[in-house]
Amino acid sequence: MSEPVTISARQIGWQRRREALEDFWLQYRRDRNGMIGLVILVLMIAVALAAPLLASSRGLNPALATYPANADPGWHYPLGTDSDGRSVLTELIWGSRISLLIGFAATALSMVIGALIGIVAGHFGTLNHWFGRQTDNVLMRFTDWFLVVPFLPLAIVLARTLGPSLHVIIIVIGITSWPGTARIIRAQALAVENRPYLERARALGAGHWHQMSKHVLPNVMPLLIANTILTVAGTILSETTLSFLGLGDPTRASWGEMLNGAFNNGVGTGNALWLIAPGIAIIAVVMGFTLVGHATEAVLDPKLRER
Amino acid sequence: MAQLPSERPPLLELRDLAITYQTGAGPVPAVRGVSLAVDAGQTLGLAGESGCGKSTVAASILRLLPSSATITGEILFNGENVITMRWGRLRAVRWAGASIIFQGAMHSLNPVQRIGRQIAEPILLHSPQTTPAQAQRRVAELLGQVGLPTRRAESYPHELSGGQKQRVMIAMALACEPNLIIADEPTTALDVMIQAQVLNLIGGLVREHGIGLIMISHDLSVLSETCERLAVMYAGRIVEQGPSHLVFTQARHPYAEALAWAFPIIGDPRTRLSPRGLPGDPPDPAKIPAGCSFHPRCAVAVPECSERAMELWPAGDGRLAACLRILPDFPGESPVRSVRKEEKDQPGEAVA
Amino acid sequence: MSGAFLDGALAAAQERRGEEERAARGGSGLARSLGVKVLSAAVTLLFVLVFNFFLFRVLPADPARNLARGTTLTATQMAAINKTFGIGLPLWQQFTNYFVQTFHGNLGISFQYHIPVSQVIGKALWPTILLVGTSTVLSTVIGVWMGIRGGWKHGSAFDQISNGVNNTLYAMPDFWLGMVLLIAFSSKWFLFPAGGMNSVTGNLSGLHGLLDLLWHLTLPCVVLTLVYLAEYSLVMRSSLIDELGNDYLLTARAKGLRDAMVRSRHAVPNALLPSITLIMLNLGFVISGAITTETVFSWPGLGLASYNALNFPDYPVLEGCFLLFSAAVIVANLIADLLLTVLDPRVRQA
Repeated sequence: MSEPVTISARQIGWQRRREALEDFWLQYRRDRNGMIGLVILVLMIAVALAAPLLASSRGLNPALATYPANADPGWHYPLGTDSDGRSVLTELIWGSRISLLIGFAATALSMVIGALIGIVAGHFGTLNHWFGRQTDNVLMRFTDWFLVVPFLPLAIVLARTLGPSLHVIIIVIGITSWPGTARIIRAQALAVENRPYLERARALGAGHWHQMSKHVLPNVMPLLIANTILTVAGTILSETTLSFLGLGDPTRASWGEMLNGAFNNGVGTGNALWLIAPGIAIIAVVMGFTLVGHATEAVLDPKLRER
Repeated sequence: MAQLPSERPPLLELRDLAITYQTGAGPVPAVRGVSLAVDAGQTLGLAGESGCGKSTVAASILRLLPSSATITGEILFNGENVITMRWGRLRAVRWAGASIIFQGAMHSLNPVQRIGRQIAEPILLHSPQTTPAQAQRRVAELLGQVGLPTRRAESYPHELSGGQKQRVMIAMALACEPNLIIADEPTTALDVMIQAQVLNLIGGLVREHGIGLIMISHDLSVLSETCERLAVMYAGRIVEQGPSHLVFTQARHPYAEALAWAFPIIGDPRTRLSPRGLPGDPPDPAKIPAGCSFHPRCAVAVPECSERAMELWPAGDGRLAACLRILPDFPGESPVRSVRKEEKDQPGEAVA
Repeated sequence: MSGAFLDGALAAAQERRGEEERAARGGSGLARSLGVKVLSAAVTLLFVLVFNFFLFRVLPADPARNLARGTTLTATQMAAINKTFGIGLPLWQQFTNYFVQTFHGNLGISFQYHIPVSQVIGKALWPTILLVGTSTVLSTVIGVWMGIRGGWKHGSAFDQISNGVNNTLYAMPDFWLGMVLLIAFSSKWFLFPAGGMNSVTGNLSGLHGLLDLLWHLTLPCVVLTLVYLAEYSLVMRSSLIDELGNDYLLTARAKGLRDAMVRSRHAVPNALLPSITLIMLNLGFVISGAITTETVFSWPGLGLASYNALNFPDYPVLEGCFLLFSAAVIVANLIADLLLTVLDPRVRQA
């Protein structure tokens, strides 16, 4: 037996986090649907990261396309070609990068805004004075407004006014997706606020920022993570829709752009795989995130299991 | 228990009832051999802590257990075995033959239906030729019997207090004039004043209509007031049975005694000065101790308690107890450990 | 004996007190809460107007140039157009003009077609109502039925299959499904028309016209129905499973009710209440679905009008469509809210 070792509070914290993660993983593994979703996602992300290895990016350049246009599957182009003569498979592989990137970035934006508003509203809402309650009120009215206004018209209006580019798409989707998160996080924050250790923190003189970041946020985090994963599914679908309508960045071949191309080329003429392949990819990715999100939710909140 | 052909079978008889739940972690025996009988006009109390199986026994009488439960033994209602009844016959027996008073204060009433409609529902179901007007009259009559004004029929459950909801449950249980009523913890969520009202009500109605009553509670004092006989359950088995005031004041089984002492009498110095309680927890149904299932917590256990299989042995006066101490050949001290004065021996005591 | 009298008196006193409390809260409370909800919806609509104004009138530059795209204008013509749009007036005055105009139904002039926006919208309104209305009815009825059936016996084969189907439909872009069906049933197998609302061969009237309309309606309606019934089914199922743990269902079974009656008389009415809210909130997304589906099938409704306006870009029409869509969703949410207040006795008292 060696001498007793002193470890710092921080190390204890990290140890606990590691243990919690292991616990989570052990439980998660038992969810069959969750594992299927996870496999799909890992595959997709691997393809996206390994894109340069799988297909040359020169294949995306319409000027350099030498294959026949709208061709059925052939040796060099297993999924056929589009109206510019580019290989659909190449576009599919590289498109995964854009679609996933936009999905993650827009979700990150939406999550940050939603969590911020949710935590602030929940925190100030439970304070016992008028100003706090009004802050909560105003923030929630603001959130509700966004919830009520229909998503696509709002997104169209914003995207058209701000111009077609990658950043605009990310911003537009980000600022139309946060209300759901905000509502859920606020509800959780309200529940957390009533716990005794927050009262203790206040009695010890903790300021608002400290309370929110050191106490409320960590307890809201599990729900936030589950919600984020599910939101990614939604943002990817949103990007697809916006690109299809012509609001995306035409120079970046996302899956939505591919569908846009297939549509404008005339549905029914040309290579059917140009239409079908990106659709299936989208379904797979969205399902993947949905399954992982629900499995995460179920592990973190036992009441939701056995649904 | 052989019967002469001319004898009518008792209203309800449980013979060696055993109920096991199939769970993900293996079979869990909730009830391990219970035998009881109740006749018309008789009142039986079934006592025990949570998890001892008493609610399972109650639910099994009308076959209301989930499909994961396997039942062995016999549940004889007027001689018919409920377990093997055909589905149609069972549905006819439910409520019209035997009804249940659930805990009204909980969510036992449909929140979006008026209570008048909920009381009338079994009436219309079991006597389809009843006209709506007749049903309404019957509902008014029932509400009157439980002391609620007729206009309450138009109320929704959330508009009623806990005591009122419990009265509604009682009225509903009487709707089809059953022969047997099972009252499952009817007073548990109520304040003491309302408890007393409800118990008086149940007792009065049962006597008036000559109904058989099984009342389930963890509160022995409540049961001894309302029921003639008392059965105490522990870990899925009955450990003591007999006339209620005897079981309450002079329990033969150490567990029954501890349960009786758990409810103090206001003004009785003995309970004030030496509070009783029972260390430990009831056993996990999946891991019941060998021999007497109570022996790990028993203050007067002997080594033989963990080896010998327990049965309900006669303990005089129509009583049964599953404890070695009552056997005539037990070498230890007298089995009657303590005598508890009945409340009616002390006139002028305020009801708790 | 005296104990019984005390009991009775106590109970009566308690009841009287409870009733007084309730009377103080109840009654007029219902009308007031309804009024508050209507007012709230009106305020939301107002904010939509304000948002619209800032986005369209303030951000994009030079509506006159936009209006004149493709043609050349003289200076006087430009000045006249600028006057119509109130360019040069102070902002608050522009806003008041805008507000008054919108109230009177004047939504501006379409850049693309040079006719009033209200006319463009007016022509496109009925086809969209037909398409969205039919598909919403179908998807709600089928979706709720599936959700009930799956939720009541959750874990059964039906439930697992319907869950799989629903999750797949939910993950599917609606326009993609539309295009796939078009290829399959129109290009490949010539069963349904390739788009539009009526056959090109002139006005068919009477029964012939109706059948022709239905023939064209089928594919777009199928697409919208499929995509949204998945959502409704999942919501209803979830709601019903939540109800399954409740004690009043045990009471119902103990009374001798058949399983189907316990489900339809007790579980479903309770489970429907939260579903109604969620279904109504979903209306915003049904509208999004209408936009893309009409585009794919060239269905001449508001969705297609938005799409055409989008690519021009015809700001007045876009603005008008946005306003209309928002108003529709706000009104639908209000109706759902009111419906819930009327249907759920617990909410009425609050």
